Amino acid sequence: MNEQLQLALRMVGLGLVLAIVQITAISQITLLGVSADLTPLIVASTGLLAGSIAGAVMGFGLGLFVDLALVQTLGVTSLVLTIIGYAAGRLREVRDPAHSLVPLGVGAAATAAAQIGYSFLQVLLGVEGPVSVLLVRQILAVTVLGSIIAVPVHALVARVLGPALPDLLRRRRRRAYTTGGLSPLSRS
Amino acid sequence: MYDKKVRRRRAVLGLLVALSLILLTAYFGESVGGPFHSIQRGVVQVLSPIQEGASRALKPVRDLAGWFGDTIHAKKQRDQLKKEVATLRKQVAGAQQAQTENRRLQALVSLDRTGSISSYQPHTARVIGRSPTIWYSQIEIDKGSGDGVQPDNPVVDGDGLVGRVKTVTSGTAIVTLVTDHTFGAQAEVLTGTNPDLGTVAPDVGDPTVLLLQNLPGASTVKTGDQVITAGSRSTRLESLFPKGLVVGAVTQVSTDQLSGSSHQVKLKPAADLRHLDFVQVLTKPQAGLRAQAGGSGP
Repeated sequence: MNEQLQLALRMVGLGLVLAIVQITAISQITLLGVSADLTPLIVASTGLLAGSIAGAVMGFGLGLFVDLALVQTLGVTSLVLTIIGYAAGRLREVRDPAHSLVPLGVGAAATAAAQIGYSFLQVLLGVEGPVSVLLVRQILAVTVLGSIIAVPVHALVARVLGPALPDLLRRRRRRAYTTGGLSPLSRS
Repeated sequence: MYDKKVRRRRAVLGLLVALSLILLTAYFGESVGGPFHSIQRGVVQVLSPIQEGASRALKPVRDLAGWFGDTIHAKKQRDQLKKEVATLRKQVAGAQQAQTENRRLQALVSLDRTGSISSYQPHTARVIGRSPTIWYSQIEIDKGSGDGVQPDNPVVDGDGLVGRVKTVTSGTAIVTLVTDHTFGAQAEVLTGTNPDLGTVAPDVGDPTVLLLQNLPGASTVKTGDQVITAGSRSTRLESLFPKGLVVGAVTQVSTDQLSGSSHQVKLKPAADLRHLDFVQVLTKPQAGLRAQAGGSGP
C-alpha cells in the first residue's frame, strides 16, 4: 500500500479512537480539579513524528471531529489544533530535536497553547458570564496534567504511526535515538 | 524542489486555517436550524451508539480513577456530613410540619400547580460524553427526543440542578451545565419569611463556584443559606426551571465596596458536576395530554 495512504489511515484511526476515549472517559476523570486533554498531545506528537503538513491536517481533522461530536462552535478547536500541529511539525523539520524529554516539553507547550487559544477565541466570540481569575489556575492545572501524560501519549502515537512513516523519517529518528544526538567524531 | 515543498506546506496551512475561520464564521452566524447545526446533530446521532458502547466499556477505568480521588476526600467529607446530619435532623422536623400545613393551605386556595416540579416527568439518563475544554461545560446523555426530551428541559441529579438541555437528537441530548458561561437562572435564597430573588450565573474559570447576582440591596443572605430555582413569576415569560430545584448553598457573601449595598454572593453547586454518571431530565407533559389529564379528573 502507498505509504502516504497508510499514514493517513493510521492517523484517522488513531484520532477517532483517542477522541472517543477522551470524550467518554478521560473528560470525566478529574485530577487536580480538572480533566486531562489528550487532543493537543496527539496533534503535537503527530507533528513531531510526521511533519508539519501531517500535524496540521491531524489538528484540523481532530478538532472538527471534537466540535461536531460535542456540538461545540465549529472551527474553534480545528483552528487551535491546526496551528499546534503545524508548529510541532516545524520544530521537527527545523531543529529535529532528539532528546527523550522533547515530547514532554512539546506536550506541555501544546496543552498550554490549546487552553490559551480556546480562551482567546471564546473571549473574541463573547463570554456571557463573568470570568474568574481562577481560569489561570485551571489552565496551569491542565498544562501540568498534559505534561505528565505527554510522554506515554507520544509513545502510543509513535507506535501507531511508526510503521507508516516514510523511510527517511524513520531512519532519522532511529539514528537520533541510538547516537544520543552526538556526532560520530565525538563518539570515537 | 525546496521552494515547491515550502509553497505546498504554506498552502496547506493557509487552506486549513481559512477553512476553520469560514466554519467558525458561518456557524456563529447561523440559527439553530441552520445547515451546520443540522450536520452536527446528524453526526451526534451517528456517533451516539459508539459513544454509548465506549462509555459503558470504559466505566471501570472511570470508577478506578474516581475511587482514588474519593478515598482521599472521604475522611474530610465524613466529618462535614456528620455535622450536616445533626443540623438537618432539627430542620426536618420543622419542615415536615410546614409541609403538612402548606398542603392544607394549597387545597384551600385551589393553587394552580402546573408549573411545579410534580407536573414534570423525570427521565433517567446515562452520561455518555463530556467536553474536555473548560469553555464548554456540557455533557452528552443517552436520552433524546424519542424519549420526550426537548431543548431547554431542566436536568437534575439526586442533589440538585445540573443544567438544561441544549440540543437533542432522536437518541441523545447535549446538556449545558450550570457552570457553562451561557447559563443563567432566576433563583431565590431561602432565608427569613421573604425570600430574596437573584440570578444564578457561573464564575467562568472556576467550575466549583456559582454566583448569585442582582440581589436586592436589603438582602439578608448569609453563609449556609440554601438557594433554589424561583420558577415562573410571569405568565408571559415562563421560566425554564420549575420552582424548588436546589441550586446550591451560599459559601461566601461580600458587600460591594463602592455602593455598599449590593452583594457578591458565591454558591457551591448542590450537584457534584465532576462526577455525573446518571442524571434526570424533567420533561413537561404535552399540552394535549395535560388537557386530557385535567379533563378526565373529577
